[in-house]
Amino acid sequence: MNIHEYQAKELLKGYGVRIQEGIVADTPEAALEAAKKLNAETGTSWYVIKAQIHAGGRGKGKVKETDSNGVVLAKKLEDVPEKAKNILGGTLVTIQTGAEGKKVNKILVAEDVYYPGASEPKEYYLSILLDRAKGSNVIMASTEGGMDIEEVAEKHPEKIIKEWVDPKIGLQGFQARKVAFKLGLEGNAFKEMVKFITSLYNAYIGSDASQFEINPVLKTSDDKILAVDAKVNLDDNALYRHKDLADLRDLAEEDPLEVEAGKSGLNYVKLDGNVGCMVNGAGLAMATMDMIKLSGGEPANFLDVGGGANATTVEAGFRIILQDPNVKAILINVFGGIVRCDRIANGVVEAYKSIGNIPVPIIVRLQGTNAEEGARIIDESGLKVSSAITLKEAAEKVRAAIS
Amino acid sequence: MSVLVNKDSKVIVQGFTGSEGSFHAQQMIEYGTNVVGGVTPGKGGSTHLEKPVFNSVEEAVAATGANTSIIFVPPAFAADAIMEAADAGIKVIIAITEGIPVADMMKAKPYIKERGAVLIGPNCPGVITPGEAKVGIMPGFVFKQGRIGIVSKSGTLTYEAADQIAKAGLGVSTAIGIGGDPIIGTSTKEAVQLLMEDPETDAIVMIGEIGGNYEAEAAKWIRENGNKKPVVGFIAGQTAPPGRRMGHAGAIIGGADDTAAAKMRIMGENGIHVVESPAEIGAVMAKVLGVEA
Repeated sequence: MNIHEYQAKELLKGYGVRIQEGIVADTPEAALEAAKKLNAETGTSWYVIKAQIHAGGRGKGKVKETDSNGVVLAKKLEDVPEKAKNILGGTLVTIQTGAEGKKVNKILVAEDVYYPGASEPKEYYLSILLDRAKGSNVIMASTEGGMDIEEVAEKHPEKIIKEWVDPKIGLQGFQARKVAFKLGLEGNAFKEMVKFITSLYNAYIGSDASQFEINPVLKTSDDKILAVDAKVNLDDNALYRHKDLADLRDLAEEDPLEVEAGKSGLNYVKLDGNVGCMVNGAGLAMATMDMIKLSGGEPANFLDVGGGANATTVEAGFRIILQDPNVKAILINVFGGIVRCDRIANGVVEAYKSIGNIPVPIIVRLQGTNAEEGARIIDESGLKVSSAITLKEAAEKVRAAIS
Repeated sequence: MSVLVNKDSKVIVQGFTGSEGSFHAQQMIEYGTNVVGGVTPGKGGSTHLEKPVFNSVEEAVAATGANTSIIFVPPAFAADAIMEAADAGIKVIIAITEGIPVADMMKAKPYIKERGAVLIGPNCPGVITPGEAKVGIMPGFVFKQGRIGIVSKSGTLTYEAADQIAKAGLGVSTAIGIGGDPIIGTSTKEAVQLLMEDPETDAIVMIGEIGGNYEAEAAKWIRENGNKKPVVGFIAGQTAPPGRRMGHAGAIIGGADDTAAAKMRIMGENGIHVVESPAEIGAVMAKVLGVEA
């Protein structure tokens, strides 16, 4: 699960990680109030206004309606409402949102942390994530803060510091020191960085996160180390033990069809193609999408109905797929193992009748227990549904349906 | 012979009296698997499906000599159940449970390795040696006895492959569902290695999906090991968009190296017969082995 920057910073702060302070707002008036409060609390006289959406590249991104960037600086208090207005309610397009962009419902009004002082401010990069091959968490750091880490990894792999954490004993002091030294820090900034890394790791473990990316981490001109941005990903499987974090989910950031599917216990991911599909099992669902492509179509979705495919789940699946206007055909692919194909076929017929007229051709491929019986039920239903038994047959029928 | 499970496996079911555990234990018993009992803490001393129920794996092992365990325990308690099995001396642990937190598996995996146990899964369909033992949730009848080994991250796609193999006039030695989670007990390479060393396996079907580097690692190992047996490979998710989780917790493209295209390229470069369409797995295997489909 993804959370917003303002939520992520709140989470980090709870574990003693120093952050760029800020207050979230959803109207220009609230933004002004936030700025005033921030001035009183931190003494800042410049204000950074940051769009809160679940996508990166906000600084360079543009709001469609106003041409404002997704992150802007207000150097005067009275500029805050106008600048906030240019972002709030707009559609922000960044390299990660796709051309359609994302609606901005909230902004974070944050303190300026790039103030001048004894030394130059400098940006760093820090992330914590799972190394699947090693089965442990890895801390990645770089002096190339503010840059896209994939790009750094490609052009300057030597500039990426990696420190693996033994899952049995957790992060050790020497490891945090090693990273801080390798970043070239000394004096108070070094001590601050060690503390930053240690608290960040505690936050990662404490929240059952699956990825933290702090880019940039800033060394201020007075040698403080703090998080200017924070991208936090949480392990969905562990949310049951973090009720407070589960509540941070923002449904407005998710595709409404995906949210609806989730309520019916279906695993649905919206794609851009023209052939909808409904499959039991995640691997077979992906394989079915691939087969649609090889048949000359493009998958309109991923949809795993899970182990117990029945009339109710099939009907819910139909209703979700049919809301996508791009869908020109639907392929149902179920390998009936313990669930019998004749029962699934009856479920499909029942669901079809309950919906009424389905305007696109449907191909039902049932394989496994009682496959022939399943095909017979589909063929004799009198509905605009054709049956297939082998995967190859299904692929040919998809090809015919869309050509 | 075969690998991991056979007619001599003495199997206990952890989470025996729950609905999933009961249903699949019954199915396994009907298949002919030697299920010697089950574990449900607090229900020790009772009988379920005509088999004894124990409070702990330790008690079950002492009373029955069990060497294999299948786990249906809910996700919040599953890592604990896995470690309990290893601690009690179980050597093959098969975890079906889907949805175990990554942090839990990160601790459980090294724990069981230290105790010399093999973990298959979690989030997997289990292991079947047709005609001998089914320790999993797969439909047994789909798997015909034979000499093709299967290693797969996916459940229903494994059944699909087994069915195509049967229709091609071939059969399965052992099918290993390794699971679709980010951290699993046995990697693709480790499972392939077991089958490469099994004298009753002539060829291998390797089914992977987007995310992680297990298939690439296995492919490189297969070549270094001298491509001793033909391997037919398929990767699901050629059409999956990057950054989106496709059902399985581990099925997510994180970079350029874990896409289906990259994995298929690496597999091809290492002498694996890569099929583009999931409909071709059986036919290509028959062709590779020179048998009439």
